[in-house]
Amino acid sequence: MPPFSLEADAALHPLQDASLGSLTMYVVPETSSLLPQGINVYVGKHRSALVRAGGGLAALRTLLQQLTQVMSFTASSISAALSDRVPSGQLGPDARRHLKSSLGYEITFSLLNPDPKSHAVDWDIEDAVNRYVQPVLDKLSLVANFSVDSQILYYAVLGVTPRFDKESSSFLLSAHSLPHVINPVEARLGSSAASLYPVLNFLLYVPERSHSPLYIQDKDGAPVSTNAFHSPRWGGIMVYNVEAPASPQVSLPLHVDVDMVRVMEVFLAQLRLLFGLSREELPPEFLLESPGNEGLADWELDRLLWAHTVENIATVSTTLTSLAQLLDKIGNIVIKDDVASEVYQAVASAQSAMAELAAGHLHLAFQASKEAVTSSERAFFDPSLLHLLYFPDDQKFAIYIPLFLPMAVPILLSLAKIVREARQRKKEPTKMD
Amino acid sequence: PPGLENVCWNKGVDKAWKELSNILSGIFCASLNFIDSTNTVTPTASFKPLGLANGTDHHLLRYAVLPREVVCTENLTPWKKLLPCGSKAGLAVLLKAERLFHSSYHSQAVHIRPICRDASCLAVSWELRQTLTVVFDTFSSGQGKKDWSLFKMFSRTLTDACPLASQSKVYVDISPKNKEKELLEVTPPPTSVHEAIVQGDKRTYAVYDLLSPSLFNTSRSLNVQLKWKRPQDTELPTPILHAQRYVSGYGLQTGEISTLIYNTHPYRAFPVILLETVPWYLRLYVHTLTIITKGKENKPSYIHYQPAQDRRRPHLLEMLIQLPANSVTKITIQFERALLKWTEYTPDPNHGFYVSSSVLSALVPSVIAMKEVDVEQSPLFTSLFPSSDGSSYFVRLYTEPLLVNLPTPDFSMPYNVICLTCTVVAVCYGSFYNLLTRTFHVEEPSRGGLAKRLANIIRKFRGVPPL
Repeated sequence: MPPFSLEADAALHPLQDASLGSLTMYVVPETSSLLPQGINVYVGKHRSALVRAGGGLAALRTLLQQLTQVMSFTASSISAALSDRVPSGQLGPDARRHLKSSLGYEITFSLLNPDPKSHAVDWDIEDAVNRYVQPVLDKLSLVANFSVDSQILYYAVLGVTPRFDKESSSFLLSAHSLPHVINPVEARLGSSAASLYPVLNFLLYVPERSHSPLYIQDKDGAPVSTNAFHSPRWGGIMVYNVEAPASPQVSLPLHVDVDMVRVMEVFLAQLRLLFGLSREELPPEFLLESPGNEGLADWELDRLLWAHTVENIATVSTTLTSLAQLLDKIGNIVIKDDVASEVYQAVASAQSAMAELAAGHLHLAFQASKEAVTSSERAFFDPSLLHLLYFPDDQKFAIYIPLFLPMAVPILLSLAKIVREARQRKKEPTKMD
Repeated sequence: PPGLENVCWNKGVDKAWKELSNILSGIFCASLNFIDSTNTVTPTASFKPLGLANGTDHHLLRYAVLPREVVCTENLTPWKKLLPCGSKAGLAVLLKAERLFHSSYHSQAVHIRPICRDASCLAVSWELRQTLTVVFDTFSSGQGKKDWSLFKMFSRTLTDACPLASQSKVYVDISPKNKEKELLEVTPPPTSVHEAIVQGDKRTYAVYDLLSPSLFNTSRSLNVQLKWKRPQDTELPTPILHAQRYVSGYGLQTGEISTLIYNTHPYRAFPVILLETVPWYLRLYVHTLTIITKGKENKPSYIHYQPAQDRRRPHLLEMLIQLPANSVTKITIQFERALLKWTEYTPDPNHGFYVSSSVLSALVPSVIAMKEVDVEQSPLFTSLFPSSDGSSYFVRLYTEPLLVNLPTPDFSMPYNVICLTCTVVAVCYGSFYNLLTRTFHVEEPSRGGLAKRLANIIRKFRGVPPL
């Protein structure tokens, strides 16, 4: 890590406009030694970057455009946020991977021990969460409310029997069997019973003594280095192998102390992937500063906020449109005053969110979009909208027709007879003398 | 008690109670979400918080019972999921639904209370206690013999202890009756024998400790069997405190709830707290409340009565009654049945409406002096058979629930009304109208209607001259 650019970035930080969504780019002369050799762009962990000028204005322009695409939103990132509303097939297979925007998320860390007779596993999860996970969640607290809990599950087996590989004398889980792993475990996780918010599950699996060591294979057949995989919009699983003891005569159960640093590294990386904070391939002249303990840089947070704001506004429009369609179909529904006021508030907030987005005020736009989503959900899911299907039209017909039809039939027949006779009388005076 | 019971001390107000009921209903697949203000009460004297508590403010207590609900397999499965070993190891291996529900009585409970983490009590932990009570009737299902075994009851035997358990024991009551030994035989021989005074009676327990290595030495599975050597008389001792409740009266207008409380202790009198929750549609007449013991009136030393509000709150009646020795106390109260709105009836209204059981709490003095059991040494045993001090033990009794018929309207009347009115209107009105407005005029005989033409065709085939 070149010290000059780091110090320069830190020194320039107080001078910047610290509002969300803003970016500051400093153009440095070509011969400056602030940036190391071969590096033309240095991206800081706050909202700034150092760019080396060189090759004329046109080259600088392309460089700045590339930089904007990296640090701020792009058309593809916004359309990925709206991927639920775009018909499938228009976007690539990676498009629907990110978590939906929500007011809060619940994160659950679970330790799965299928063989408590052989392994007595201990993990200091509270300390690990406070030390490693909490700084990241504090940084993300602007986006949503997070709550963390943890549990230990015993006798929880994966749904797939791993294959024994003679060459490496280990057990392997192939890439195509991974989707079947999650289902049987999910029933025991107990995640959705008591939470309003979507749940992210991070599982640490200690394989049984008879299936140790266990490695996950990727599509090419090579074992994955972190021995972990994640499932979009659900969470991640990591396999933690316990070394077989040196002597075969050892008293069971073996005591295992989980190395939380290794585990948390993987889980935090998976958390970033789930939120869509992954870094695409950068050209070699770019250098990114590592965000350290906080887990993500300020501009990455801004990218997340742009995507979530747009997604919130889209959700509001979908919800209100469905509500309007519902009212069109069933004309009998009575809308209470508070439901109506929630709808008005949702529309006003959504409009102000769009105005703020156009002006570039990300913070205000995000707050407005959150309020819009809350109001529209409250209006749509109001319990009073269901009760008032009491007198649908067909019930009214069923009650009144048997009463009025027998009365109406003779009247109609006599009316017809009167009309016929009137016509005949009109003809007769011409016949009579 | 029969049905579902939910008791909670919490700092929140009714909103937290509602959330708790809904979350528990989701976790245990039970219909606890039907608990609302119409069946929740705040008793003042019957319950005390378990574990550590900062004073007992009774405004924080909520109590609700749903007597109509039944316990079934879908409630057992999440209950088993809360156990650390699940149903894969240890004692819980025996808990398979098809045998457990083939029984006369089934009850499961979950208790949560705060306790000190260690002796200095600097940190507080939560203790979760799960209990499952099942009464098997081996006499009627075992061809008339009272012998039982684990395999006969659960169709399974124990193979090992849960590796996460610090204690895993099976207690078998082998108390000799009338000091006669050798009346019964338990196989395999127990790891130890424990004697204790439980609920005023001297009892002997054969203990099987699943964690002791000697138990599974001889055979891989443990099947506890009990055989009676001699035919046993089936008389059971009556408990010192027991109660009954019934509804009397005739017709669908009024009725009377009677509770009978029996104190069979030969010489000691003791007080009992009675908690009754009656739904609002049975309107209690509190001025008709009478308590009679041995022919004389018995005045309770503490009465707390909260009248019901229609569709909002049930009746709550709490009384502290002194029961003299060897007596029967009869508590009667009259009520009137209300007529509900027609949407408030359950789909099967002629089944009746349930009144939840009343709760009797008492410190029953024991006939034999008991020695205080050290909680530290045998925490499992004292949670099964608690005793507060040497001379009395705490008992909480639930009476039977009542099934009361409310006057029900005739639900087919809307259909009947429509049919009748429409028929009357059609027939009467139609005929009158036609009579009044019909005009008659002479008609030429028609050339031939359709019938005449058909008849002519048939005649032609027959060879008969046409009409």
